Amino acid sequence: MTQRKSSGKRSSTAVGVEEDDSIFTQPTTSQVQKGMEKLTKAQIDEKTTELVQYILMKDQKKIPIKRADIVKNVLKEYKNVFQEIMNRAQQRFEQVFGFKLVEIDAKNHVYILINKLEPVEGSEMISGNPKTGLLFVILSLVYMKGGVVPEGLVWNTLKKMKVDPGERHPEFGDVKKLVTDEFVRQRYLEYTKVPHTEPVKYVFTWGQRAEVEVSKIKILEFLGELHSQDPQHWSQQYKDASSQWSSRAPQPSTSSQRCGLVRSPEPPLGLGPPPRSGAEETRQPLTHLAIVVVEEHTG
Amino acid sequence: MVLGEGHQRFIQTMMIRGIVNEQEAKTLHQHCCEVHKEHYVADKLEEFIQVVNSKLEALNMQIRTRASEDNGMTCYALVNTANNELTRMSSDYADNELELFRRTMDLIMSSDDSTASSTDILNMADSLQTRKLTKSAAECLLKRMVSDNWLVEKQGDYSLSTRCVMDMEPYIRTMYDEEQVKVCAVCHCLAFKYQICANPLCTVKIHNPCAEKYFKKKAVQRCPGCSELWPNKVRAECRQSLSQRQR
Repeated sequence: MTQRKSSGKRSSTAVGVEEDDSIFTQPTTSQVQKGMEKLTKAQIDEKTTELVQYILMKDQKKIPIKRADIVKNVLKEYKNVFQEIMNRAQQRFEQVFGFKLVEIDAKNHVYILINKLEPVEGSEMISGNPKTGLLFVILSLVYMKGGVVPEGLVWNTLKKMKVDPGERHPEFGDVKKLVTDEFVRQRYLEYTKVPHTEPVKYVFTWGQRAEVEVSKIKILEFLGELHSQDPQHWSQQYKDASSQWSSRAPQPSTSSQRCGLVRSPEPPLGLGPPPRSGAEETRQPLTHLAIVVVEEHTG
Repeated sequence: MVLGEGHQRFIQTMMIRGIVNEQEAKTLHQHCCEVHKEHYVADKLEEFIQVVNSKLEALNMQIRTRASEDNGMTCYALVNTANNELTRMSSDYADNELELFRRTMDLIMSSDDSTASSTDILNMADSLQTRKLTKSAAECLLKRMVSDNWLVEKQGDYSLSTRCVMDMEPYIRTMYDEEQVKVCAVCHCLAFKYQICANPLCTVKIHNPCAEKYFKKKAVQRCPGCSELWPNKVRAECRQSLSQRQR
């Protein structure tokens, strides 16, 4: 009896704190239970549906989703049962869409969707975004170079492929903005200032989304195929790549299928022309770029 | 119940493509089944989609089929079933861009031939309530909406794409009044390109492909509403040249 009373007290303070302050305050278990009891199944289902739609919408643009935004835009007065609704949404993503909702930043509570389905040949028919070719090259370059690359090297590599960050590119527009802003916002790349440099220097590393989405093995396989080389030729990278997801189970097959990162040398399935410029045009420069990446940085 | 991976892949692809034609849907069906080594029966696409929809409907989504108003070919699109707002577009477009789209839709809905001229659309750009758009920005926006498959452009006239109509049907039906929302008397879907009854008192409208199918088996072509003789194609052509002359 006494115990229940005191826990009731505690939860009421917690609510008070929440109202003042942040949405990050974790409600107590009893609060969650209470909150869930107050809601009908229909209400919970409705919120879950809203959340699923919201996340799918954000994911279309590859923008990572902040918990604060979920609470502000979707859950609102349901914030006490945040985790419960998230769990239900997670279930829908896994059971219906073959996606997995992953928290990529546990401190700030940031989420992305990754694809659980294996990328397959013929999937290019659904993507055909030339930007992903560019991204793939930069990720490969950073990876082959040991994980950190000064920006100058990236720009020089791109220039060799006639993609000049200083000029407007017909396909990519403002290349520098695409690479240092869009790819960074999507968490494919990180663009970090090197401390104590004058003039200021920047380096590129893989972003969190790349880490969970892009298969390193696939990068090596792709490069290997172009060079008629066993991927194990790059022994250090191969070792690292093989352990990429070993700590996580089940292995999330990359969503490179979705973002078109892994391009197969096979012609795409005959599903008619994709709405925008298809894989055909992007494959060519991508292949060149990949050759350069390997030649320049692995001997 | 959990969906099989083949079904999941089908949904994922539809999410990216938005809309596919019948042949593409069949190829995709086969592809998805084969990749995941699931049982594939060539002519069971409808059943396959039923299974997909049984899961999607609880999430206010659906794969819907509809005959294209241009050629009568079946299209498959992933649509929102509940939202009365332009949800699917809101991630890709800014507020003022959506406003211009809404107002373009208003023009299309209140026009006789379901189109809006680029001049009329561009003239609205600097009177938006949210934030003005320059003419050139509005022009870019129209291009983007065409390439994103929301609008269709033909000689400077814009109309709603099949995908747009399918996705926004609930929105259109709530936002516009009966006079503006035209419905085909044969298939009961929204109608934008259609034939009308020769009787000026009769409001019956029929899609061109629906009319073709509907009248094919009939010895005498009569309006399903008022039984007036239906001059079929001739009428459609008359209508077109009439509206062209008006412009």
